[in-house]
Amino acid sequence: MIGFMLNGQKVESKLPPDTPLLWAIRDEFNHTGTKFGCGIGFCGACTVHVDGRAVRSCITTLEMVEGAIVTTIEGLGASGQHPLQKAWINVQAPQCGYCQSGQIMQAAALLVDFPDPTDNDIAHAMNGNLCRCMAYYRIRDAIKLAASEINRSKEA
Amino acid sequence: MSGFGRIAAYYRNRFAPDVAKSVPDCNLIPLSRRSFIIGTGAAGLLFGFGGVGLGTGVAEAAIGTSRDGYTPTLWYSIAADGAVTVNIKYAEMGQHIGTALARMVADELEVSWDMVRIHAVDTDAKWGLMSTGGSYSVFGEFKPLSQAGAAGRIAMIDAAAQLLGGEASAYTVRNGRISGPGGSITYAELVSQGAVNRVFSPDEIAGMPLKPINERRLIGSPGRALDIPAKVDGTAKYGIDARTEGMVYARPIIPPTRYGSVVETINDTAAKSILGYQQTIALDDPTGFVEGWVVVLADTYPAAMKAARLVEVSWSTGRNSTVSDKDILDFGRKQIDDSSGGSLLRDDDGLADAFAKASENLQAEYTTSTVIQFTLEPLNATAWRDDDGHWEVLTGNQWQSLILPHLESAAGVESGQVTMRTYYLGGGYGRRLFGDYAIPAILASKALGGRPVKLLAERAEDSRFSTPRSPSVQRFKAALQKGDVVGMEHHASAGWPTEVMSPGDLIEGLNKVKFDPFAIHGAEHWYSLGPQKLRALSNTLANETVVPGWLRSVAAGWVNWGLESFVDELARKLGRDPLEFRLERLKAEGRNKGEDPVSTGGALRQAAVLRRAAEMSGYGNTLPPDTGIGIACTHGQERDAPTWCACVAQVHVDRATGKVTCQRLDMAIDAGSLIHPDGALAQAQGGALWGLSMALHEGTEIVNAQVRDLNLDAYSPLRMADLPELNVEFIDSGTVPTGLGEPPVTAPAPAIGNAIFNAIGVRIRHLPIRPEDVLAALKE
Repeated sequence: MIGFMLNGQKVESKLPPDTPLLWAIRDEFNHTGTKFGCGIGFCGACTVHVDGRAVRSCITTLEMVEGAIVTTIEGLGASGQHPLQKAWINVQAPQCGYCQSGQIMQAAALLVDFPDPTDNDIAHAMNGNLCRCMAYYRIRDAIKLAASEINRSKEA
Repeated sequence: MSGFGRIAAYYRNRFAPDVAKSVPDCNLIPLSRRSFIIGTGAAGLLFGFGGVGLGTGVAEAAIGTSRDGYTPTLWYSIAADGAVTVNIKYAEMGQHIGTALARMVADELEVSWDMVRIHAVDTDAKWGLMSTGGSYSVFGEFKPLSQAGAAGRIAMIDAAAQLLGGEASAYTVRNGRISGPGGSITYAELVSQGAVNRVFSPDEIAGMPLKPINERRLIGSPGRALDIPAKVDGTAKYGIDARTEGMVYARPIIPPTRYGSVVETINDTAAKSILGYQQTIALDDPTGFVEGWVVVLADTYPAAMKAARLVEVSWSTGRNSTVSDKDILDFGRKQIDDSSGGSLLRDDDGLADAFAKASENLQAEYTTSTVIQFTLEPLNATAWRDDDGHWEVLTGNQWQSLILPHLESAAGVESGQVTMRTYYLGGGYGRRLFGDYAIPAILASKALGGRPVKLLAERAEDSRFSTPRSPSVQRFKAALQKGDVVGMEHHASAGWPTEVMSPGDLIEGLNKVKFDPFAIHGAEHWYSLGPQKLRALSNTLANETVVPGWLRSVAAGWVNWGLESFVDELARKLGRDPLEFRLERLKAEGRNKGEDPVSTGGALRQAAVLRRAAEMSGYGNTLPPDTGIGIACTHGQERDAPTWCACVAQVHVDRATGKVTCQRLDMAIDAGSLIHPDGALAQAQGGALWGLSMALHEGTEIVNAQVRDLNLDAYSPLRMADLPELNVEFIDSGTVPTGLGEPPVTAPAPAIGNAIFNAIGVRIRHLPIRPEDVLAALKE
């Protein structure tokens, strides 16, 4: 049994240690906001945070997260009110929405490293997250909007 | 010659109001018990959409009045608290369709938007055709849903007038409150008092006048989409999120050919070491769409994936097992060479004469390679048989009416014995128009005695089981005389999706040979270019090798690549500016005048968007070396439901590497009235990037009868770092709303090709545009 913290709760997975974290999150612990896309870490739909860093849960095994703190879209902000989630709604970013949990989790990690990101910073940090509906302009706008909201609240 | 097929005709007939035709029928249909499925998955089913408005208790109620609410038509109910729940039978796949349709109802009903909920319905005969595609939904539903809303408003006013004692005509209504002689009363009060019970006949609804444009309150105004909040907090439920008690997980092993593969041996010895592995079975397929399929069954999906890698299967392969893109293109070329084949859509008098008298001809061949939808949510379906023999299928799908008969055949049950539950689609783009992926879930469940099976393709299997956009070949030939084009031939060969998946929707051509409108849309342009000949050929080699798909923008996505590039070639050949050349020939004469109410204005509206896009782009300005600007205009999908699009692309070409970079796109679009302008803009933005992506970034080939590039390490749709500057403007002409999901996809590719010519003087005639093709063209 591999134990780790999932969205603030201690969990123990009964799946084999080499199982991708994605399937424990989705099928064992029923947090289905994290999505399966390509299975090889190239689309970013499965992005979660492990100890605060964005990782692809489809290629991260359970044994790699033993004792770690894992956060998914469901645990990002209290009742979906993280500044990124609010910005995502304000700019009406999602289309089909399937990639958006991963986009938001990747963006949250981006804002830790680049609190005031340029278009170029965003392009580099988000390039691994495919949006098949190609809602990229709005994703970029939402990240910038969230960054400015976070920075404003820090100054206040 | 109209481009409308049976499906399209259905939507057009929706313009002739038939909303209420189903009213008498649905009074006979009791509320389905299956609206309330038991089990852990139930919440995800009913509350799948937006998580809003489903506590009202009146969604899907029978027409009429009950203590819970008032249901004036099949399409919506008003609850005792005034909440309006609109029933949506269209797939939600990113276009925010529920929001757009609910806006139509709410605008005429005169209720405030915060009282509006949407309810995604499951399959049931009472909903009629369930199909989401062709950019038809908004176009087809505008009149009937607006009239349904108007009917409710009138019923409410009549009831209020009776209670308050005035003449109905003396009352006004706004935000669900009716005011006039004797005071005011709200819809909620009327419903909770049971004071409103009017039900409308089909004729009454058909005659229902709509509000004048200046009385619209929601249509054309800003506003948010109801499906978005659930998509940012992880609660939106897609097919892949469906679950029920006791599920077995299935991971398919796809045979080497789409048709005719037969399993010879299965060796699962190695897989037996995998914890949770159950068994591997070959499916017994009565439908012909999953021949030779094998599924690996396990207690968990990761166990099924791991086991699948250890299972060895051998097949005798079906026909065409070595066919490639090149074979399909060569086959198409031979078809075009033979002037006797195919279906004629146009064969104007005087064409032979025009060519006989022409001083010169211009000919060109345009081709495209295979493209796949690559929906980010891999294909999946969950299926089981209830104790009473009824089948449940949980999956996201775009055309339930098309696949249900096949699902019934797979299950071996009578019509009506399969219900498809509705989920969000993690991308559709036409792949989920065909629900063939639900067939193996049923077959696997059937093999297990009806036990629930959740079948999920891994990415490579999803790609191999795709319904790709067929390779295409087009030839154009124009007769030139005295600096003008005096006649033109256009021949197009490609796989015909409709012939393979829905043959009843083919249309008879002028020569009595049937054609697939979804394999020639876009060709019936609005230019005055003399007499025309238009011939569509079914590339049977493509049809017998793959299931050619209705990929987003369908034929118009590749037809316009050829047509609008060739029009540019004509302008250059005649020494004319491509913009002026086009504008001069968009004359709204003869058949290009347009018809009320849908294509009112005809070619003049095509010219208007073109002129606007050129203005937006700074067309004519001097550009740096190896940088060029190109233009293209299209009418979207259907000549009979045009969405007028124009695109100006600015590209830079690296002469050393052949790499083309799209720096900027300017698009002007006239889709008539915009129901949900922000949603329309989102569709245009995504559509423009789809057009760019298919021109420069993605694309694959059929090799040995299957798609070559199976995952993102090889298949490369556009990413964030590839974004050009994009400007979109709508010309809101106030006319009938037409579609927006696909039309914006159609213009960027030819605009980019034309920009490359402008930049470096070489003409590219194949999609996708590859650096090696640019280099080869530069050397010529």
